[in-house]
Formats: sequence, structure tokens, C-alpha cells
Amino acid sequence: MVEWSDFERATIQDIFSKMEYEVVGPAALSRCLVVYPWTQRYFGNFGNLYNAAAIIANPMVAKHGTTILHGLDRAVKNMDDIKATYAELSVLHSEKLHVDPDNFKLLSDCLTIVVAAKLGKAFTGDVQAAFQKFLAVVVSSLGMQYH
Amino acid sequence: MVEWTDKERSTVSAIWEKIDIDVIGPEALARVLIVYPWTERYFGTFGDIFSATAVLGNAKVAAHGKVVLKALDSAVKNMDNIKATYADLSRLHYEKLSVDPDNFKLLADCITIAVACKLKSALNPQAQATWQKFLSVVVDAMSSQYF
Repeated sequence: MVEWSDFERATIQDIFSKMEYEVVGPAALSRCLVVYPWTQRYFGNFGNLYNAAAIIANPMVAKHGTTILHGLDRAVKNMDDIKATYAELSVLHSEKLHVDPDNFKLLSDCLTIVVAAKLGKAFTGDVQAAFQKFLAVVVSSLGMQYH
Repeated sequence: MVEWTDKERSTVSAIWEKIDIDVIGPEALARVLIVYPWTERYFGTFGDIFSATAVLGNAKVAAHGKVVLKALDSAVKNMDNIKATYADLSRLHYEKLSVDPDNFKLLADCITIAVACKLKSALNPQAQATWQKFLSVVVDAMSSQYF
């Protein structure tokens, strides 16, 4: 089981309590689609993703980005059992959505950069370490039900 | 050979101009040591680097951070020949310093995060994509003399 220090728990709660889901979610997902263009193939029914401007302005991307970020709420509320929390979502991504689990890491990297840009100096090395550890556990849990 | 569009070239230069090497260098290296603690073993002569506070206050870390980031200048000025530019440095890291090349990616990630904290929304998705492309070419070049 993953051990969390008091600092790590407090850091994660703090970041998410101040999270602007409708800003950060879309920003993270659109970055993923721009920076790692192969990820666009998962969103064939999202309409215009032909260039960065289109992706950033795309309302389906924005909506889905917000959905994904809210999906992290469950992990924030259940830090001691993230693996069980995401078992179903993992099965969904593997069996129905056929998402290559490497992409979870790419999205988490983009989310880290968006949060870093938002927090600026407040995103210290300690905070970065805690946030990346949290996301690594989430990423691992999402990949857990793949075979 | 790596192809660079005019936009990519000007993006990399523009980002580089906004970066204070003496600030971002130490910050990026400090983040590596804090977020990926196994990297401490490469800096046995640096004294106390075993806590975030120690790392952030360590003069040798700061000095070396500046050295590392100054070396990126060669890549910025030689974007068409980054591989040749870093051949000697790559050999040094392989033969003398015995650095696991996976760590180059970790440092690149921390540089990107430090840049994101500083530039915030100015590091938009397209700029991030270009900057990460640039750093991945640097990482490849640094790994090129390893067998």
C-alpha cells in the first residue's frame, strides 16, 4: 500500500481544493492533444482537432477535460486506496476504450505542467514531488486492470 | 536530421531569452534532486543534499545548475547540429561520469516545469510542444555516445 506523509496529503488536498476544474481540465487535455498528437486518435468524434487553435477552442475537448479532472476527485478523497478506487475505470479504459496505458503518463505530465504554470513559485520541489507521486499512483492504478 | 520550422526556431529562441540561466539552472537541478532522490548519488561531493531544504540552500547545487543550463546555450545556437554539438559531452557522461541516460529525461522534465512556473501561460501548448521537442533532441544527443 502506498504510504503518504502528512505533507503529501495536505499538499494534494490543498491543490485540489483550489482547483479550477473548468480551466485546468481543458488546458491539460488540450495540451496532451497538441504536444502528443497521436492521442487525437482517441477522440475521432470530437470534430475539428486539426491544429492547436482548433483543439484549444474545441468545446468537446473542454468538456471532456473537465470530466477527466473531476475523475481525479475520487483519488483525492481516497488516497489510501486509489488502486481499488480506479479498478472499474481501468477496466473501462482497457476493454471498451482501448487506450494505450502509456498515454495516462502523458496526460499526467501535461496536468503537472498546467498546475506548475498556475502555481508558479508555489510549485516548489516538495510540492512537485508530492503531486507527481500522487499522479504516478493514479496512473499505475489506471493501468492495473490491463492484461 | 531534425527538421525545425521557422516558428519552432523562433519559439525556442524566445523562450531561451526569457530564461535567467542563473535562476532556472539551480532550480531545475534542485527539482531533480528533490523529486528523483536517487540522482543524489551522482553528487557525492556536494555535501548535504538529503532534504529539500538542504538541496535548495546548497551552493554547489546552485553552481552546478548554472553550468548545466549554460550548456543548453550551445544547442539553442546550433539547432541544426545538436547531435554533433553534444558528442563530447555525451562521451563524458558515459565514460567518466557513468550517468544513467534515463536521468537526462528527468532533468529535461524538471527544466520544462521550472520554465512553466516562470513563464506561466506564456508557455502555451504550442510553445510547450516545441520546447519539449527541442529538449528531447538534446536528450537524444546526450545519449548518442552510449553503447
